[in-house]
Amino acid sequence: MLDNYFAILLFILVGLAVGVGPILIGGGIGWSLGLLKPNAEKNSPYECGFEAFEDARMKFDVRYYLVAILFILFDLEIAFLFPWAVVLKDIGVFGFWAMVVFLGILVVGFAYEWMKGALEWE
Amino acid sequence: MDYLQQLLGPAWLPIWTLAKIIVIVLPLLIAVAYLTYAERKIIGYMQIRIGPNRVGFFGYRLIGLGQPIADAVKLMTKEIVLPTGADKPLFLLAPVLAIGPALAAWAVVPFTEDWVLANIDASLLYIMAITSMGVYGVIVAGWASNSKYAFLGAMRSAAQIVSYEIAMGFALVGVLMAAQSLNMVDIVNAQKGGFWQWYWLPLFPLFLVYLISGVAEINRAPFDVAEGESEIVAGFHLDYSGMAFAVFFLAEYANMILVSALTSILFLGGWLSPLPFLPDGFFWIAAKMSFVLFLFLWFRATFPRYRYDQIMRLGWKVFIPVTLIWILVIGGFMQTPLGYLFH
Repeated sequence: MLDNYFAILLFILVGLAVGVGPILIGGGIGWSLGLLKPNAEKNSPYECGFEAFEDARMKFDVRYYLVAILFILFDLEIAFLFPWAVVLKDIGVFGFWAMVVFLGILVVGFAYEWMKGALEWE
Repeated sequence: MDYLQQLLGPAWLPIWTLAKIIVIVLPLLIAVAYLTYAERKIIGYMQIRIGPNRVGFFGYRLIGLGQPIADAVKLMTKEIVLPTGADKPLFLLAPVLAIGPALAAWAVVPFTEDWVLANIDASLLYIMAITSMGVYGVIVAGWASNSKYAFLGAMRSAAQIVSYEIAMGFALVGVLMAAQSLNMVDIVNAQKGGFWQWYWLPLFPLFLVYLISGVAEINRAPFDVAEGESEIVAGFHLDYSGMAFAVFFLAEYANMILVSALTSILFLGGWLSPLPFLPDGFFWIAAKMSFVLFLFLWFRATFPRYRYDQIMRLGWKVFIPVTLIWILVIGGFMQTPLGYLFH
């Protein structure tokens, strides 16, 4: 059993190594062959050939925050639904209705945010 | 093998596991390389072009099969530009954060009943968790680049990925209800009995939602506003070059193959054969994955890009209600004698 989780840990490390390796190799080749020739224009942020103006750390739409918060809420619901879905057969009608009540409360919140226009992008 | 095991002693387990991991990762990376080739070739023929056909091996053209290798070699010798304004450690960390989860998710993917590296009971939960980590690569890349296009691309991409992840999660709940297990080997075994027993049929709405959310999740056309080349050039990986860019590219295509594998396992019966008299095996899951990947390429050749508000509307106002209702329908049916329809 624990062997399986060890394999996963090792796989995660291999995955990260597949990311680190090519960047080191690519950087190493560039450095050793003298391909790195930085200059001010090349290293400025790309803006389709214009001189970069203003800062990129700019204000952005508050709706992105809203989406992130809604995502946390709904992802939690999914985390609750997972164990319920696996054992639904065993817990029967009572378990089903308990989750209907829970989802009902969720749907009320969902309908509210829909009415309030939290899901509108124009 | 016993002799090797004695020789290596306690080092045996890590080395043996590492060998098995390489047996998964290496073909995967080759598949990624040739998926890019297939993409260019298939879309080429759909647009009545030939696609890449020049680069071959040892002087033979071989319909351009050398193209991915040539691309990789070219990228390897390109300079990795570090923009002045960039947060350099984060800038270099972002591609690693993107590829790590994209590959690590393969640890629990079963290729046949016995060909699975880590057969854990919570494999689907692990997949959900680890694929969610992929969004960090996008966000960190967009932030660390300190470039307007990259930043906008990262914001769009992240919001889109998390939105569709909810629809995807709800679709998975339907599969779990039918299979009564989080273990992907059990989920495939629960679909035994031929073509009509696979979950695509009883869970058809969830299958569609999962497939389309999968396309949105990996930022593929027609949901590729994150890198919409006509407005924000390339999105979050705009300022990357050379191998740093190549790693993002690998991650994107590895994710594509992962979604096709998950679709095959959860809805198309994995390694089970469609006809009862044919043997099950790795061939079938490979065929199903190729079919789903072909769909992704076909979508890209066919559909115009969605507008961002249309994407968000589809995710929040169509998919989430549809999946919620279908979960209740399945749950209700399972309480009646008709429940056998769903497993």
